[in-house]
Amino acid sequence: MIRKSGCGLPRAQSRGLPRVQSRGIRDSLWLSVLACLAASCTGNQATFNPHGPIARSIANHGWWLLLMCTLVYVAVMIAFFNAVWRRRRDTDDLPETARRLTRNVSIAVALTVVILIGIAASSVVAGRGLYSPGGAGALTVDVVGHQWWWDFQYHDVTPSDVFTSPNELHIPVGVPVVIKAMSTDVIHSFWVPNLMGKRDLIPGIVTNTWIQADQPGVYRGQCAEFCGHQHAHMALNVVAEPMDRFQAWVQHQREPAREPSTDEERKGRDVFMQSPCVTCHAIRGTDAGSHVGPELTHVSSRLTLAAATLPNARGHLAGWIANSQSIKPGNRMPPNALDPADFQALLAYVRSLQ
Amino acid sequence: MSELARPIERRQTITAADQERLRRQLSATWYVPRGVIGWFSVADHKTIGRRYIVTAFCFFIFAGVLAGLMRLQLAVPNNHFIGPDLYDQIFTVHGTTMMFLFAVPVMEAMGIYLVPLMIGTRNIAFPRLNAFSYYVYLFGGVMLVVTMLMNTAPDVGWFSYVPLAGPDYAPGKRADFWAQLITFTEVAALAVSVELVATIFKSRAPGMSLNRMPLFVWSMLVTALMVIFAMPSIVTCSTFLLLDRLVGTHFYNPAEGGDALLWQHLFWFFGHPEVYIIFVPALGIVSSIVSAFTWRPIFGYAAMVMALVATGFIGFGLWVHHMFATGLPALGLAYFTAASIVIAIPSGIQIFCWIASLWRGRPRFHTPLLFVVGFVAIFVLGGLSGVTLASVPFDLQVHDSYYVVAHLHYVLLGGAVFPLIGGLYFWFPKITGRLMDDGLGKWNFWLLFIGFNVTFFPMHVLGLEGMPRRIYTYPDNMGWNTLNLVSSLGALLLVLGGALFVYNVVRSYAWGLAAADNPWGAETLEWSVSSPPPVYNFLHVPVVEGRCALWDRSADAPIVTGIRSDIREVLITDVMDAEPVHKTEYPEPSIWPFLCAVVTSAFFIGSIFTPWALPVAILPLAITLVGWFWPKKRDREREAEERHEEAERRSRPVPTMREARA
Repeated sequence: MIRKSGCGLPRAQSRGLPRVQSRGIRDSLWLSVLACLAASCTGNQATFNPHGPIARSIANHGWWLLLMCTLVYVAVMIAFFNAVWRRRRDTDDLPETARRLTRNVSIAVALTVVILIGIAASSVVAGRGLYSPGGAGALTVDVVGHQWWWDFQYHDVTPSDVFTSPNELHIPVGVPVVIKAMSTDVIHSFWVPNLMGKRDLIPGIVTNTWIQADQPGVYRGQCAEFCGHQHAHMALNVVAEPMDRFQAWVQHQREPAREPSTDEERKGRDVFMQSPCVTCHAIRGTDAGSHVGPELTHVSSRLTLAAATLPNARGHLAGWIANSQSIKPGNRMPPNALDPADFQALLAYVRSLQ
Repeated sequence: MSELARPIERRQTITAADQERLRRQLSATWYVPRGVIGWFSVADHKTIGRRYIVTAFCFFIFAGVLAGLMRLQLAVPNNHFIGPDLYDQIFTVHGTTMMFLFAVPVMEAMGIYLVPLMIGTRNIAFPRLNAFSYYVYLFGGVMLVVTMLMNTAPDVGWFSYVPLAGPDYAPGKRADFWAQLITFTEVAALAVSVELVATIFKSRAPGMSLNRMPLFVWSMLVTALMVIFAMPSIVTCSTFLLLDRLVGTHFYNPAEGGDALLWQHLFWFFGHPEVYIIFVPALGIVSSIVSAFTWRPIFGYAAMVMALVATGFIGFGLWVHHMFATGLPALGLAYFTAASIVIAIPSGIQIFCWIASLWRGRPRFHTPLLFVVGFVAIFVLGGLSGVTLASVPFDLQVHDSYYVVAHLHYVLLGGAVFPLIGGLYFWFPKITGRLMDDGLGKWNFWLLFIGFNVTFFPMHVLGLEGMPRRIYTYPDNMGWNTLNLVSSLGALLLVLGGALFVYNVVRSYAWGLAAADNPWGAETLEWSVSSPPPVYNFLHVPVVEGRCALWDRSADAPIVTGIRSDIREVLITDVMDAEPVHKTEYPEPSIWPFLCAVVTSAFFIGSIFTPWALPVAILPLAITLVGWFWPKKRDREREAEERHEEAERRSRPVPTMREARA
């Protein structure tokens, strides 16, 4: 039932206010559930909190590694402190003692080799699943790194159905999604610890990996390769949804931007088109078509702003537009000194881009 | 007339007056020049070694202060104490200084100071090159500190990945300062390594065959050879970077057919051996301390040597484990997993051998041995976390997270700096003639040991909780707050420990107890000379009779005679068995290496700004080199004499190693 209304909604949206609101309530409910999930889950980038098959096999392997290492550490320390503090005997300098020591050292070395072989074998077993997804016909998403935001590009055979979702990767639950990793500027590293390990995004090189989530939820990820001043604020959200919600989301994202419905929003669109905003940002369905910065067609449907740095709320948006340099110093967006009335109109317009 | 022609006397016939005459003549011959020009002319390995050690520790303190600033910034989430621009400079300069200006030089400095004394020769080979290397290192380091103070320090990480460090994304000169700093340290490190290899191979005291060489000397040999093989790779990659930035080549520009990954291969082919270049000398220090404080030779000498050499070789086969996340083919990654795991075996062998040595001996817990105990406790943990990093799947999670920060500090601070500080407590009496305060030393150890673990152990957990490296701040709700605060408080203890160490050094240097020649009863040759050693090191070049040079020395040990004391003559022995082969003369002190280093430094810094620095620098460089190698009048006279001697030498073995038993 949700799927039906979800599917129908993007088109219904432009027809009348009541339908939009009903959708808005349901969606904001869903959004607030997701946001709570995202906020409440401390340690939500933990390696040992896996929510996907890759992360789970790594976590299991990791527990085994840490267990082995702890045992070895304890054993070595016992031997070491025994050697340091034991009571000395008169027989210590006899040749038999030396022979016994040689034997013990050899046994220790042999044990080391055996344990290392075990670790290598475990590593190979855990690593088998990293390279190819389990299911066929998987969805493919291009992950493109930028200083300092992510672009997730969803491809389709129909050119008009291609869309991008900056900083928010939506995937269906329980299905492998192929990630094509690439970068347009410097090297970044795509990392969502709850779902998968890292994959570097390297300019000039395209590599494939995959990701899968087992439960619905919002999984935070973060750039893991130093990429300049705002490396610290280059995060992302992976939103894993049931297939029907995911498809509804895809349908919605394929739509061009919603037309402004109030005078203020219309004024805001004019402000957008006449201000520096338009030189970097695209809004499908309008004349704004630059892809220097993140696309804004559905910006207010996202959970966060500024690469998962700020919650997506009107106040944060205002602060970001007015002077993003105070939030992410060094980022590529200049401060915007707008007339207050224009500024409010612009805010209203951008907030309407659901 | 040369002493060679003189009849050789039995030892008991060498009178006290003769000894005194020899001492005076050697002191005059191996003089350390005085005055300002003299200060810059010194070519004595002990003086240069001391300067190297002191300078390296100054850089250590500088980089330590930077680390303290980082811990201040990260103590609480969303901190505004340091902005991203400054933070990036701080972590870059911290890493670069620690790796290139502290860890490698200080280890080589220990080699410069100790190796000639340990192998029984009067100076390091190529003493003028040694002086040159010091000044190049000093000027390079000062350049980096100045850029930091002027807010133009490199800000692209100590690894300077392209394209971030390339011309498009690192405008200004910051990345160029980094690349040229690398050039400075490359030149200095290569020079020292060549000197150490030549010294170790060709001027060991007679009798010190390879299988009798102290483990410290073995570790310096392995280190020096690793430097010689690893440095060309970083020379290539930093030069490519400079060319890309300065004259518009496209080595790393994918748009023009270059390759961003080429940098990573070249850098880590050097960068991983670099870790062992820092760590292997520390193993030698640990062996020296363990044998001295247990009064037993190290258990399993042959295994220890094999382990050192194996580490040197395997160290070159693991560089890709820094690149597991780049998407290289799985089969290739499996090879590097195997190699990275294999290197744990030689490390394990050494740990087990030290445990056996301590088990067999009767350890005396002076400060140096305490630092070795701390080293084992920390290093084993760091080594084990290193094994986990060798596993591709696990590494994909913890790579570039704080887990790696924890690991690398466990192996570098715990694995190299703890032995180094222990080593300084150990050799301080030899270097200065005064003992360091043992009570303060114990406080020093416990502060550093506890501070270290409180600072760095939580970082393992932070990494597993997903905190990436090189972030200048972090959000409030990630669950990282407590551990970051704990880590920052631990850093406070580390600062206290470091300050106590400096205080102890200064206090002991001024008021410490006077040290005997061999205060610990250790085994190696440096302990047979006075503390501090005379400028000529050994009155008579000793003859080594066993693996533990002093413990195996018989009461009537032979000495080498026939080496001239009126010129800087040293004995050259063969590589395997240290049989005397011939003699050579080392150069006098000279101001030219210093001038040459000045010109070289001006050239390096100039080439940051213009390629014209090269043609402009060629002439002054040529002048200083001509001055450096200008033969003395006496040299030309001696050449004729040497030709004559050479003819004689073919007919009889020279010089003589005289058995002087009663």
